[in-house]
Amino acid sequence: MPSASAKSGIATREITFGQAINEALAEEMRRDPTVFIIGEDVAEAGTPFKVLAGLVQEFGAERVIDSPISEAGIAGIGVGAAMTGMRPVVDIMFGDFITLTMDQLVNQAAKIHYMSGGKLKVPMVLRTTLGAARRSAAQHSQSLHAWVSHIPGLKVVVPATPYDAKGLLKSAIRDDNPVVFFEDKLMYQLKGPVPAEEYTIPLGVADVKRAGSDITLVATSSMVQEALAAAEALQSSGLSAEVVDVRTTLPLDKQTIIESVKKTSRAIVIDEGYERYGVTAEIASAIADGAFYYLDAPVKRMGAMDVPVPFSPVLEDQTVPTAAAVAEMAKTLCGKR
Amino acid sequence: MARTTKKPAKKPDKQLTAAKDERWLHFYRQMLKIRLFEEEVNQLYLGAKMPGLAHLYIGEEAIAVGICEALRRDDYITSTHRGHGHCLAKGASIDKMFAELLGKEAGYCRGKGGSMHIADQDTGNLGANAIVGGSAGIATGAALSAKMRGSDQVAVCFFGEGALGQGLLYETMNMASLWKLPVIYVCENNQYNEYTHFSETTAGEVTSRAAAFGIHTESVDGQDVRTVHAMAQKLAERARRGDGPAFLECLTYRFHGHHVGDIDRSYYRSKKEEEKWKTQRDPVTLLAEWLKKNKLADGKLFQRIENEVSAEIQEAVNFALNAPYPDQDEVRQHVYA
Repeated sequence: MPSASAKSGIATREITFGQAINEALAEEMRRDPTVFIIGEDVAEAGTPFKVLAGLVQEFGAERVIDSPISEAGIAGIGVGAAMTGMRPVVDIMFGDFITLTMDQLVNQAAKIHYMSGGKLKVPMVLRTTLGAARRSAAQHSQSLHAWVSHIPGLKVVVPATPYDAKGLLKSAIRDDNPVVFFEDKLMYQLKGPVPAEEYTIPLGVADVKRAGSDITLVATSSMVQEALAAAEALQSSGLSAEVVDVRTTLPLDKQTIIESVKKTSRAIVIDEGYERYGVTAEIASAIADGAFYYLDAPVKRMGAMDVPVPFSPVLEDQTVPTAAAVAEMAKTLCGKR
Repeated sequence: MARTTKKPAKKPDKQLTAAKDERWLHFYRQMLKIRLFEEEVNQLYLGAKMPGLAHLYIGEEAIAVGICEALRRDDYITSTHRGHGHCLAKGASIDKMFAELLGKEAGYCRGKGGSMHIADQDTGNLGANAIVGGSAGIATGAALSAKMRGSDQVAVCFFGEGALGQGLLYETMNMASLWKLPVIYVCENNQYNEYTHFSETTAGEVTSRAAAFGIHTESVDGQDVRTVHAMAQKLAERARRGDGPAFLECLTYRFHGHHVGDIDRSYYRSKKEEEKWKTQRDPVTLLAEWLKKNKLADGKLFQRIENEVSAEIQEAVNFALNAPYPDQDEVRQHVYA
């Protein structure tokens, strides 16, 4: 498995999540002249998060295109360019702004291959962010990956480590379908082992980030780190938690999740999107369906609180699941409190 | 292909004239083909042989033919819910079109797109779009792609005046102008946004909207195919040599309702108005009169063309009616490339 090589440490460096994204884009742009980037402040500014720093210097303004503040327009232009021989990577600065691209993503990109009876393709990546806790209030803090995970024809990637981010983004760019790629803003500075050699990670394959036997913590993106911290804390309470990182919410690797829960008999699903009608509901349903006779406790869901994300830190911090809350929930499910 | 009763002239200039004359007869045949195709669609619909909706192009034939005859086969078009005319004018086969309209596997999109989503990449048709203004991004993106690939292809974005209400159009026109993209925005102003006269929905002048972005704008009589064609040639050449986008308003009229079920139209427009357009401004009749006046065709020739086109259409309809539906398992195919 790819993560095994990351863990083996052969020719592996430590780089940040942001650097991993940058490397994936640079490598794919070197490999394939049809790959280009379009978005707001992507060139000299390298985005507000500086993730694209240096790319315009290497590839020029023709392939790292600064656009007007027109999310629907650049998404639409991405669709048209993708249909006619290019592989655009559309940069949508904040995940909250994907609401402005919805027609182009949902009615155009997702449906063109099917509507044309398989003749036309839309090999486009739309990169955007998710995650709260940056004191950015209600319009810059949402995690809206469930919206696009609802739509047949799209693929949705939610990486949790630098290693996964790089390998998954390279696969997303090479994929012949429209892929929405969510990056947790708070994770850009997270460091992790990433091999110097070329590698890709297939879309639709979950990764067991930590093996365990008492309970399964199924998590996405930012919440994988919380789940890993919770698992560490649970160990000292004598509980062995397995952490499954789904890596892509669409396609969803149900098999890996179900196999894990069959082994542990308990599960908590953790995701930073709104809990109501969210990604956690879909995964919990998959577990109920696939591992019902193995369950010793109800499947629990932990998502973002169903409120607009508030500004005040004391309020905002209540809205996102934490490692401590996950550990408490796990202890309750395992009858350890 | 167009036929002519003229024998090839010996002198070069006469040959040129003969070729031109033949061209106008070809235009006539193409316009008549759209007219008779749509009349057949109407019959299929009224006879309950066609599922779904049908938005007839009757009355607007001069625009599709005038524009598409100025394009190369590898130039792109994007079309609308009222798209049969664009599709035919760009060179689609009527048998595959009828098959698509009837939901048959032999259709352009294996029966999965239907009337509102026909796409034919072999003739550069990137698809009809049932979201009003929804293809502005696709056409502009195709133009960006053409420019990036160093091809000299041109993209034409067909839309009705109803699309003037959509923001996407303005976002993409802005970028097309900034980046001098080879795209022509063709506004087919048939005066009615569904059931509402455009004067009730459209402030200011239509062309001044595009002019505000520094886009070259023109407005022509959309019922006169020769005028439309001459302008389209000029704008296509302009775009091809790198002079940037253009906006062309074609003034026209929808002879039928918004769709075939829109029978009682008295609450939004008068019978008198309809009669005036049908008797005085019919684009097929106008071209026929011009051909007759210039002694390029007579009643006998018109009759022969009509017989040939009718026979072609009957053959295509019979093919489509007898063609098999897709297999049941087709429903899950082509969701992903």
